[in-house]
Amino acid sequence: MRVVRYWSVSHAGAMQRVYRALDRLFIRIDPLLRVVGYQRLEAPFAAVERVLKGWFFDCRMCGHCVLQSTGMSCPMNCPKQLRNGPCGGVRADGTCELDPGMRCVWVEAVRGAARLPGGERIEVIQVPLDHRLAGQSAWLAELRQRAAA
Amino acid sequence: MRFDDEPITPGDPLPILPGHHSAGRFERLLRAGVFAITAELSPPDSANAEDVYARARIFDGYVDGINATDGSGANCHMSSAGVCALLTRVGYAPVMQISCRDRNRIAIQGDVLGAAAMGVNNLLCLTGDGVAVGDHPAAKPVFDLDAIALLGIVRTMREQARFASGRVLTTPPQVFLGSAANPFAPPFDFQVARLAKKARAGAEFVQTQYCFDVPLLERFMRQARDEGLAERLFILVGIGPLASARAAEWMRSHVPGVHIPDAVVDRLRRARGKGAAKAEGKRICIDILERVREIPGVCGVHFMAYRQEEAVAEIIDRSRALDGRIPWYPGRDARFAPASDSPTELQQEAWA
Repeated sequence: MRVVRYWSVSHAGAMQRVYRALDRLFIRIDPLLRVVGYQRLEAPFAAVERVLKGWFFDCRMCGHCVLQSTGMSCPMNCPKQLRNGPCGGVRADGTCELDPGMRCVWVEAVRGAARLPGGERIEVIQVPLDHRLAGQSAWLAELRQRAAA
Repeated sequence: MRFDDEPITPGDPLPILPGHHSAGRFERLLRAGVFAITAELSPPDSANAEDVYARARIFDGYVDGINATDGSGANCHMSSAGVCALLTRVGYAPVMQISCRDRNRIAIQGDVLGAAAMGVNNLLCLTGDGVAVGDHPAAKPVFDLDAIALLGIVRTMREQARFASGRVLTTPPQVFLGSAANPFAPPFDFQVARLAKKARAGAEFVQTQYCFDVPLLERFMRQARDEGLAERLFILVGIGPLASARAAEWMRSHVPGVHIPDAVVDRLRRARGKGAAKAEGKRICIDILERVREIPGVCGVHFMAYRQEEAVAEIIDRSRALDGRIPWYPGRDARFAPASDSPTELQQEAWA
């Protein structure tokens, strides 16, 4: 829902705090997750992620979450799925060239990034999406990577 | 302006100078600090090569590069690769536009190699307009990459001689890399950050969206200079004549990303009488050209004169944007071919 999506961007700072809290929790229970097995957790994690991130961010389950670098505005909602900034077609009122009823996700991203500690991560160049990750849990992938490090 | 090492056969590449990426005239001019002019060629809806040459000839002696658009406005036309292949055959310096809308990374990288092999020296990496605005709204939008990811991939091909997959190329594509910028659309401050991203990703030149609002451009250029981008990038400002107030109205409501201030539309509306609006459109274009030329960091202009291609020469003449030089075109040097070993006065003038 767009209204919720816009709300999440307005509360990007709070969203990030929730994320960090979840992060700490997951890191703490990592040994437990390992016992259960990451492979077995994939489906339930993805299901929870789909519902929660779907509600707050209109998440499309690309499998490579960059919300923290885009001011909590999901770039997959851009009709061109641009992950590095807006296209040149943004309308003067900040809406999308292809969907006049929708605020440009990158205008939103800039707004959200201004409310985030570390919002300058919006300037990081994002690599092209790995389409094999679609539908998978981005949380689990990141957690796995972090716990391994 | 004539280079000392011009090839005998026009289609042959120039030697690549130290610090240059391509064998092209366009990069040479920009690096030499010459105010460069490029123009957009609208590709024909035909399979006839002569249609391409006829459209290119309009600009003979006036432009340093010809942009071959890639399904601009999401409308189907002859491919940019096809147009460029024809243009390089006779020695023109095309800027091949590559849009991410219609092809994935496999197809695009293949096209980059093919284009470079055909003598294309300049690539313009674009995201592309959405399919909804074009003549095939039912088509599948690809957008596997965005312009910034594409720049990074082509730079890797050129500098590391590798595909994005890591597989090795035996001969890398020696191309001068460009992208687009729109200083006239929100989020304004982020447009400069995005330009910086493009520079970091590999862009060496940019061509902007149509400029009808010089103060907005001045602000953008000031920010670009503050970020050190004016030294890192050759910035060419997009310009073009408007045919009438109605055309201006249509353009600003139908063409994504085009911003035309009311003052410009009013100026066109006030022009009465046959041909008055068209003449006023040209005058506005000349005014803008003269003003943007004065902005520090602007390295040239890029003409987008759809259906008004003939007006480009007149605008360039009247604004004296070329400072008397004659850009290369097929037959330019043959016309002044030396009868003896030393060039005549006329040749020296033409080559100056």
